[in-house]
Amino acid sequence: MERGSREYAMWSIAILLVLAFAMVPLLWIISVSLKEPATIAEGTNFGNTFIPQKITFDNYTTLFEGGIDNSPFIKPLINSILIALISTVIAIVLAAFAAYAIARLNFPGKTLILAGALAIAMFPAISTVGPLFDMWRALGLYDTYPGLIIPYLTFALPLAIYILVAFFREIPWDLEQAAQVDGATPLQAFRKVIVPLAAPGVFTAAILVFIFAWNDFLFAISLTSSDASRTVPAALAFFTGESQFTEPTGNIAAAAVIVTVPIVVFVLFFQRRIVAGLTAGAVKG
Amino acid sequence: MSEIVLEGITKRFPDGTEAVKDMDLDIEDGEFIILVGPSGCGKSTALRMIAGLEDISDGKVRIGDEVVNEKAPKDRDIAMVFQTYALYPHMTVGENMAFPLKLAKVPQEEIDSKVEEAARILDLTDHLDRKPANLSGGQRQRVAMGRAIVRDPKAFLMDEPLSNLDAKLRVQMRTEVSRIQSQLGTTTVYVTHDQTEAMTLGDRVAVMRSGVLQQVGSPGELYGHPTNLFVAGFIGSPAMNFMPGELSGDSVKTPLGELRLPDEVRTAIEKGDGGGGSVIVGIRPESFEDASLVGDARERGTTFTAKVDLVEQMGAEQYAYFHLEGTEVQSDELRELAQDAGADEVPSSGEGQVVARLEAASDVRRGTEAELWVDLTKLHFFDPSSGRNLAHT
Repeated sequence: MERGSREYAMWSIAILLVLAFAMVPLLWIISVSLKEPATIAEGTNFGNTFIPQKITFDNYTTLFEGGIDNSPFIKPLINSILIALISTVIAIVLAAFAAYAIARLNFPGKTLILAGALAIAMFPAISTVGPLFDMWRALGLYDTYPGLIIPYLTFALPLAIYILVAFFREIPWDLEQAAQVDGATPLQAFRKVIVPLAAPGVFTAAILVFIFAWNDFLFAISLTSSDASRTVPAALAFFTGESQFTEPTGNIAAAAVIVTVPIVVFVLFFQRRIVAGLTAGAVKG
Repeated sequence: MSEIVLEGITKRFPDGTEAVKDMDLDIEDGEFIILVGPSGCGKSTALRMIAGLEDISDGKVRIGDEVVNEKAPKDRDIAMVFQTYALYPHMTVGENMAFPLKLAKVPQEEIDSKVEEAARILDLTDHLDRKPANLSGGQRQRVAMGRAIVRDPKAFLMDEPLSNLDAKLRVQMRTEVSRIQSQLGTTTVYVTHDQTEAMTLGDRVAVMRSGVLQQVGSPGELYGHPTNLFVAGFIGSPAMNFMPGELSGDSVKTPLGELRLPDEVRTAIEKGDGGGGSVIVGIRPESFEDASLVGDARERGTTFTAKVDLVEQMGAEQYAYFHLEGTEVQSDELRELAQDAGADEVPSSGEGQVVARLEAASDVRRGTEAELWVDLTKLHFFDPSSGRNLAHT
């Protein structure tokens, strides 16, 4: 009994430490985003450094000032949302077909495709940036949506395919055959029976692809040059202060909070599904 | 409703193995036919070829007047019940049954009325809004049946639909299946490995072994006149007893002693071109009887004594197991049957053991010498090399 409660206490402390380690940066960003710009660097002890003396939402409101044309944040936010969404939709549709074929059919080169996909996912992204920059400029893809969506797909597809293959493999083949005998075309069987059953997997893959595209900084900063396609992570780097002597720290923090919070809420909400998705097929082959 | 005709269908897999070899079978309109055989005999493959889930390597499948070889499953107008039931887990019972009708773009009111009717027939009305996961095994099985019958298809194909149920429920559902089939009068092809199911359900039974059709006939025909050793050993429970014999003139030398053959048996063998020499003698357990209980029939048989190893009391009858010297029979077909029955895993089963079905009134005890009688008119004789029934014309 005593040993049990001591163990419990030890674990609690360990968990709290890990939590603190993970949460402090996030909380700090939130704290900075709520401070008045002039007081950001003020304070010498933990109390007034970490906890804002006076809470203000100025940092947030200035982000949206000037409407879509003049605000440094609105257009990138729209870009971010659209690019991440389009990448996710295309990646999931393509990955679903590819994963279905890999899970269901025996065709020559199947292992090669899976191995190839895995190899591409392991490619150091930075090594592709230089060539892409030149190619995109030659092709006219530089600073466009497709210019970002294509590399995102390249890196997101393998992940999505792997997750979906694991899910499709767990769906009994009988179901699909039953659907065919019941009068469904192969596409109907896929759409009405297989996809709904693989929904948790589709969902998991979609969230992970979305987060990948949403968080990317490397491609966004290298392959864009204007608000035409610059996404939020890249746009943050171009924020300017009120004068050339002030740092836009507060605004950056506010923007970071705006783009982080939805993802955090999303993941917290669906975490069970994501975990289930990542480990599907791990035990029952 | 339609007849189904298989014309020399063959299934050859890419590695060259043939799961079904040159199979011919005429299934009449409204007939309930059973494909039965040990696992791996090609019965399911044959069924799936009819369904269109397997390509046909050779031969033709006709449903009604059409050759359907090149047709997709959805265009063959057949309904299938799978061993796993293959219910759509994300749909309710009602949606599961409505699914084929929805795909066929049947108007919603008609769907509702058909689903309702099927649910009534199958006693599922209370469960229409539940998901398959919340149903018992028997209910799931009925939903699978329901999904097949709402469509009023040309034929039902059933792939071991009862094998996932527990024994008691299986017997109940067996009568249920047969009731529904006769009520609807739809041509039905039913695959099973359970010979009891085959015998009780079918109008006709087709026995298969390693891809080859062995015999097609009514349950009575298969039981009374098996065409070869395999069918004889497969049909019937407990299985037929086999022992070697030496045929010469009008008598046969067996481990039971020298048996005189009745004239009708003798002529049947001669007609079936059995000259003499070594044979395999098959005796059904019920062809034995406790010698003291045989009345007028005594003439038709002969008596012998044997030491009884075990008596299984079944209530209405009892099974006596005894050993005879030299009853071992070498035959590929019998070995295959024994393997399928799992005899390899029970060290002392089979080999030389004989089962006799005796009347409940018999007071044969285990461990005692008993005088038993065997009906000589009911003996079966098989060619040891080909397995052919010598009396079969």
